This record gives sequence, structure tokens and C-alpha cells, in this order.
Amino acid sequence: MTQSSTSFNIDTVENASTTPETELPWAELGLKEDEYHRIVQILGRRPTAAELAMYSVMWSEHCSYKSSKVHLRQFGEKVTEEMKKDLMVGIGENAGVTNLGDGWAVTFKIESHNHPSYVEPYQGAATGIGGIVRDIISMGARPVAVMDPLRFGDIDHPDTKRVLPGVVSGIGGYGNSLGLPNIGGEVVFDSVYQQNPLVNALAVGVLKHEDLRLANASGVGNKVVLFGARTGGDGIGGASVLASESFDDTKPSKRPAVQVGDPFAEKVLIECCLELFHSELVEGIQDLGAAGISCATSELASNGEGGMHVELTKVLLRDPTLTPGEILMSESQERMMAVVTPGNAEAFEAVMGKWGVEYSWLGEVTDTGRLIIEWDGETIVDVDPRTVAHDGPVYERPYHRPDWQDDLQADTFRISDAAADLPATAEELGEAVVELMSSPNMTDVSWITDQYDRFVGGNTALSQPDDAGVIRVDEETGLGVGLATDCNGRYAYLDPYTGAQLALAEAYRNVATSGAVPMAVSDCLNFGSPEDPEIMWQFAEAVRGLADGCKTLGIPVTGGNVSLYNQTAGRAIHPTPVVGVMGKFDDVARRTPSGFQRWADGQAIYLLGTTADELDGSEFARLRGHLGGLPPKVDLAAEKTLGEILINASRDGMIDSAHDLSEGGLAAALAEMSLRFGVGSRTALDELCERDGVDPFTALFSESQGRALVALPRSEELRFTDMTSARRFPALRLGVVDAVSGGLEVSGPFEGGSFGIGLDELKEVWSSVIPSRFGGLVEAEIATRQQ
Amino acid sequence: MTTTPTDTPLIGEFTAVTPSGPLEGARIGVITFPGTLDDRDAARAVRLGGGTPVPLWHADQSLHGVDAVILPGGFSYGDYLRAGAIARFAPVMDTVVKEAGAAAASSSPLPVLGICNGFQVLTEAQLLPGSMIKNDHLKFICKDQVLRVENTETAWTSQFTQDELITVPMKNQDGQYVVSAEELEAIEAEGRVVFRYVGENPNGSRNHIAGVTNERGNVVGLMPHPEHAVEAGYGPDDATGLREGTDGLTIFTSVVSSLAGGSK
Repeated sequence: MTQSSTSFNIDTVENASTTPETELPWAELGLKEDEYHRIVQILGRRPTAAELAMYSVMWSEHCSYKSSKVHLRQFGEKVTEEMKKDLMVGIGENAGVTNLGDGWAVTFKIESHNHPSYVEPYQGAATGIGGIVRDIISMGARPVAVMDPLRFGDIDHPDTKRVLPGVVSGIGGYGNSLGLPNIGGEVVFDSVYQQNPLVNALAVGVLKHEDLRLANASGVGNKVVLFGARTGGDGIGGASVLASESFDDTKPSKRPAVQVGDPFAEKVLIECCLELFHSELVEGIQDLGAAGISCATSELASNGEGGMHVELTKVLLRDPTLTPGEILMSESQERMMAVVTPGNAEAFEAVMGKWGVEYSWLGEVTDTGRLIIEWDGETIVDVDPRTVAHDGPVYERPYHRPDWQDDLQADTFRISDAAADLPATAEELGEAVVELMSSPNMTDVSWITDQYDRFVGGNTALSQPDDAGVIRVDEETGLGVGLATDCNGRYAYLDPYTGAQLALAEAYRNVATSGAVPMAVSDCLNFGSPEDPEIMWQFAEAVRGLADGCKTLGIPVTGGNVSLYNQTAGRAIHPTPVVGVMGKFDDVARRTPSGFQRWADGQAIYLLGTTADELDGSEFARLRGHLGGLPPKVDLAAEKTLGEILINASRDGMIDSAHDLSEGGLAAALAEMSLRFGVGSRTALDELCERDGVDPFTALFSESQGRALVALPRSEELRFTDMTSARRFPALRLGVVDAVSGGLEVSGPFEGGSFGIGLDELKEVWSSVIPSRFGGLVEAEIATRQQ
Repeated sequence: MTTTPTDTPLIGEFTAVTPSGPLEGARIGVITFPGTLDDRDAARAVRLGGGTPVPLWHADQSLHGVDAVILPGGFSYGDYLRAGAIARFAPVMDTVVKEAGAAAASSSPLPVLGICNGFQVLTEAQLLPGSMIKNDHLKFICKDQVLRVENTETAWTSQFTQDELITVPMKNQDGQYVVSAEELEAIEAEGRVVFRYVGENPNGSRNHIAGVTNERGNVVGLMPHPEHAVEAGYGPDDATGLREGTDGLTIFTSVVSSLAGGSK
């Protein structure tokens, strides 16, 4: 067979049956030999070129979850009836749906767009937003916000300079044009992400119960329609050859495999779909993402009556030279496929006309159990759609605990050289706090977030840098949701099981700190190559940890995404199971901000939880170049109690600000609460050191979990401490908010007795870390030009 | 194609509280172009300001008898050609130009407010002088912005006090206001700068101009977003706390009050 398009065109099913000897490029399309033989076995003949294209993308790691499936089952198996009570749609659909009450539901999901964002940062990140937003639309929901957990290489590495600005403007350029507020996320710098940046995107949507839509093609004789952008040559093989392989310097650039986004087309598509839902004009709907038409036709057909008949020449093309196989594999953005009854066809066309959206009727739903695709009347695909969409290979990949794991865990911070000269005096401790806050991972990220619209929609009650993003859902009642995403890859590297639970615990704590009641989880599991048994062990452990953790906390995983092969030249990223938690507010007006309020002078500051000597994997250890030992202990029962306290305190209006303790420990939390509005504090560590048996350095920099800081009026102190003692949860009065001094003053049992840091000075170093590397957003750049 | 306002889904699903009192008779149209993003925010602001928002559709020439018109923010037609360049050819704009432009016969021409992309559309339609180019720092920027209100004679600013400082969110990529030297001189001489940026110039706009009006004072364009500063809890930060700022609401109460025959 030659490579010309005409030879593709005439590779009909009939031709395939009579030319079994024809060699097909299955390896180039990313299939393994045994997978190819399985396709031949299923079909009873060699596949046609078009069939091969479909199987190759749908059986790719990215679409089929073939390496992860056996582990991901735990998310379903470890769910109790109690956890399912608010779950309207679980794992397996485009996104999970949770009942919010009052007839409202919420759907949210995180996905990765890591590989495309490395190859082409702007378009990779932009289409990452586009793809996750279409998942939300296809559930029948109006998208209302996005978040983006990001991880880059070392902040001073040239590759980070290339990738970060493009990723940020891609997220902004696409999300801003959709009218979706960006309400939070994460920015982490670590050399392990060099050449493997993680660009994850979360979208959240809201819907009325009756608007729920699912991806299935039901009703024999119903028509199948493709609408939105035209199909082009971009993103061909994005799921198979790009997202399902490791990068390697020896291979050619994969740029053509990256999709190109058109946010305007997507915005129009959102409004157009919502009008279709509102007018009840579609029976089933599916967005076109990874694997494009291959995925949409095979999934819609196998989830419905089982059959579909499609004429592929009807697809509107941007590039008329595309072969049938390329059309089936193209990942052109901003497209949707729907199933419409013949009676609604005219009304459907009127909605398309109103929004100026192009569409083409491709075929109809059948009950033959076969997906038949024709090219100009000749059959080029004749398959059981289930074998494409659901019966892909499932691998029990071998895995084992790495030999080096024991040595890594034995190499604790305390016994390392890094701990040789720890800050102990007032001066040293003060300097260490400033050093901590100028770490790229603790720094002000407004250079990034100021490039995102956080206001559009008028329902954003909290956004970065607060603990959670908070969105009002119902304007009459104030019903709303809070969302946070978290993961510390360093913890997960030291112990993947605990690391995944720590990610869950932190996201849960962040949501509760904002005052929302945690309800559901979505995860984005970013790992290296599953073909490496040690990486596979990290993956297996992380999934087990997350599934066990969710069961203990009583909140289900509703969906998510797995991104494997995040490694370059044999060097894998830290296991990075990013966890998103969604919580509910009866009234978002009760949300708790993270910063000390300007009018809060004299308010009491309480530390909730216990501090232990837990420096392994900490940000302080990172600053000293150390990574070893065991991550902080996780106590999910304590997290739950802490959450209840924070939620009740918010609901009853007892506290005016709250912030969780995570990376950087107490020192970071105190500094961040002060930096938010430039309001200082006076705190004392003596009682804390005595009660928990820790030294002042540990008190400030340990990353023990299950802790939060709150500030409350003195009139509420008694009521608040009554609540914490009733729950037997440690609460310690640490000091007071000081709105006058303009500084952070800390006293304790250390030489010198106390240190103070001026907030102006702290803000200067804290806010200049990113601009000094990537250029000023406004002031610095203009100043340069005026010189 | 022609559609009636009830056909547009954007504002129909709006769920805020209904206003009461004599002012709800002020009907203020909010135009939706393909790619418009802040139409529901503008409608909410009208409602909170005491008026009745009326959705207007770009392809429909009729203004459905509204008393004033808002062109909200967004990226009409993706702004791929030039911000506002295509939207200004929409059928609804023909009517807006006829009723609000210099040739309008009425002694009280239609009050029109263009916010952000709406401002860009108004300059493209030549209802307002000047034009908007990319921010001098070349990036999209979203921040709380302090403005000085320098003209309180327009229907949209009548309830502000002269030189009042207000804080409203700003968010744009093409926000640098440029205008010829002669026109700039005329605008300044005639007091047609309505809003000016206070502090650092956020985008390189000539003379720190954030908003201008036309010769008759009925058309106002403004780059920052007053409709995002109308409800405590969801606006910009202010001295009382997080997201408490509602300075933008005065724009909407001003127009409602002007339409009801009130003054400051």
C-alpha cells in the first residue's frame, strides 16, 4: 500500500477482506504488535486504514486507560452507598455530576494537557481549557469557572522561560475569551518538571437537574449531527503518538500533533449548546476531544442502541485533502456531535443559524450493533463500536517498590547535612522566614493570575490567593460551591500512598477553610511511564491511597484523568496526583477570606491542630536542597474534625479570616495572612513549643497536617474555644492581629526573644520573584520602555 | 434573522431579585453580539440600579423601544480582526448610530454606554473619537483600578460628584486609548474626558484616559468594568474588605434616575 490519499480512499472493507497480506503502519500509529493482532482477531480480517486509525487512537493509553484501568476500579469499589447519595453521575461519563440541592447540580473535572503544552505552550494550554470546558457542556451544564494547577521546571531554567509565559497567556487567551472566571489553581516550580511541565485544567459547570444530558445515541432512526468548527489537520494522533509516549530528543518535533484553539468558536458553541438543551432539541451529546470523530461515534453508538451509520464525506473540512483516517483521528477543537430526532431537525438547524454555527448531518442511529462508516457510499469501517470504545486492551502492568525507596525514606532531613546549621536565633529565624517567602513556590503569583479574568459572570466570591475559589450558583439564595486543587509531588515521591492522601487532605482542608462542606473529588494523575515497574508502583500506590482516603473522608471521586509518560530521556516527574475537591455553601456570603482584615485590629489569632517535627519533604528542606525521609503523617479523622470546626465557624459567623497550613508551615501561613491586605500580627511561640514539644524552628517551618490559622473577634473567643474543646481539637491562642504596626512580630523561646519583619520589606521580596524572571506585568515593563 | 428578545437565552435565565418602585419603568437594552461575555453582568447591574434590562440581539435592528442601550464587554467575533471592528456592522448598530449619533434628530438622543469591548465597538462605529490598541505591556491584565470621574454631566455619571475617585475592575488586552493630537485637544478642551486612570497608567492610554463622551454627551465609552462593581461580595476589594466595592453601581443608578426625569 502506498501513502497517497487515494489509496486510503479505496481501502474499503471489501478491499481489506481480499487483501489480507497488505502491511499496515500500525507501529507508526502507536499500536503494539499484540494489539494489532487482537484487532485482526476481532474483525476476522485485517482492518481497513480507517478502522486502524480508529482503533489506534481509541486504544491509546490516553483514551483507553489501558495501564491504569485495573487500579482506577478502586474509585468505584471503595465507594459506600452513603458517599453516593448526592452523586447523580459517576465516573465514566464526560464528567461527574453532584446534587447541590434546590434542584441544582454541579459538574466538575480536571484534565491534563501536559504534552501539548510542552511542545507548543500557548496552544497546548489554550486547548486544554477548551477541552475540559466542552466536557462540562456535554453534561448539559453551563460552565461557570476554571482553575489551573501548573507545574514548571526550575524557575531559572531556560526551558521554563520558554514554557511558562506561553502557558499563562494560552490559559488567559482562551479562558478569558469564553467569559469564564479563573478562580484558582497552583503554581509549582521544581526541576523534575523541566521538559515535562504539567498543565492541568479544571472546569466547573452548573445545571438544573432536568438539564442533565448524557453521551448516548438512543432512538433508532434519530439523526447524528456534527457541529461547531470544521475538521482540519491539527491534532492528528494527539492522543496516541503525543500523549501516550515519552519525549525523546531523537524523534522529530511533534508540533503537528498539537491542536489549535479558537475560543470565539467555543464561546458561541457554549451558548448554542445551552440553547439546544433549554429547548430540549438533543437526545444525546458528546464533545470531540481526544480521538475526535473516532471517539464520538464509537462512544455514542456503544452507549446507546449499539449501532450507527455515518457518511464520512459529509464532514465539513478545513482541509479538503484529508484522508478518511485523518478525518477520523483529527482533534480539531470546538466540535460537538449530537443525536437529534427527525422531528427536531428543523428546530436544531434554526438554533445553528441563530448562532452562526456550521453543522452537517452525518447519518443515523441504528440497532444493528455495528458502527458503519461510509466514504462516498463505500464501506470503510464496519465494527462493533464496543470493541473500539470499551473493549480496548487492559494491562496488568508489572510493578514493584523501587529498590531506592528505603534509602530515600531513611535519608531524613534531621540527619542530613542540610540540617547542619539551622536557624535558631531571632535574627536567623527572621531571615529564614524572608527566605521562605521568596522561594518560587511560596511567592506571589499575581503576575500569572492578573492575566486571567476573575470577575466575569459576577459570581466570584473568592479567587486566588484565597484557599479556595468560590462561585455563587443561585443568585437568589446564595447557594454556591468552593473548589481547591492541591498536590505536593515531593511528598508523593517520598511515599506515593501517603502523598496522594496528603493531596486529598490539603484540598479538603482548603475547601473547608473557605467554609464549604466538601462533597466530591476529581483527580488528575500525572506520572511517568507505566512501562517502568517502579513508576507503575508509584501509580498503584497513589491510586490506592486516594481511594482509601476518599472512603475515610466520605467523599467520592466523580471523574478525572490520567496522564502517563511524563518523562524525558528516562527521567520521570515526581508522582503528581493532583486532587480537586468541590464543596458546597448554602450561602457563599458566609465564605471565609484568607487574609487578616484591615478593620480586624486586635482580633485573636488561633492555631488549630498539633505541630510535630515534620520537615521531610518540606519547602524549607527544598530550600536547603534536601529531599528524603517520610512525608508528614496524614490523619484524615483529624482533617474531618478540623473541617467541621472551620465550616461551623464560618456558618455561625465566628471567624473573619482563616488559612490552612501547608507548604512552608506556620511561617508561611502567618506571612500570607498578613500580606493579603497588608495587615500585620503579633504572635508568640512559647506555649506552642511547650505544648507540642518542638523547638521554635520546627514550630515555624514544620509541615504537619491538619492545621489552620483563624482570626476572630474577641467577643467570639469563648464560643469558638467551646466548640474546639467540645470536639477535643487542639486550639491555641497564638497572638493578635496588628493593623497598626505594619509588621510580622514573632516572639518565642529563642535567643533574642523576638523578631519582626516589616510587611513592606516582605512584600517587596515576595512579589518580585516572578516579575524579576519574566518581566513586569505593567509597572516594570513600562518603566523600562520610558528609560 | 430577526428574533424577539424572549428568544435570547442569556438574560432569560437570570435569577436576581426583582426591583420594586417607580424606576423599573426605565428599560435599558443590553446588546449581545457573538462573543459578548459581560451581558448578564450588565443586565444584573441595570436591575440592581433600579431599571429593567432588555436583551437586544445583534442581528435584530429593532431596539424594542428601550430608553438607553449598553454595549457590554467581551470579545465580539473573537476580536480577531480588530476589537469591535466586525460588531459595528451588526444590524442593531445601524439603529444605535441613528438614534444616538450626531445626526439623531431628537433633542434628547439615546443614552448609550459602551464598556470595554462595547467602547471599542463605539469607536469603530465612530460614535466616539479615538481608538483602542493593544496595551503597551502587551498582556491581558485584570486588576482593581482607581478612576477619577471628571464629567458628571452625562446621563451615566450624573450621580457622581466631580472628581470623585472610584474603584472598579479593569480587564483587557486592547485597552490603550489612542486619538489624534487635534482630537485629544478638543476632547480635553470640551471636558469630554469622563473617566481618567489614577496612579500608574495601566495600559499606555493617552492622557490616562479611561472613558470619554461624544459632543452631545449621550454616548459614553469606558474601558474598565463598572458592572463588576455593583454588588458587595463580588466586586473589587475596598477598605471595608474583600470584594466589597460597589462604586460602579452609581453609573446604573445615574442613568435610571436620568431617564425617570431625575437629576443629581
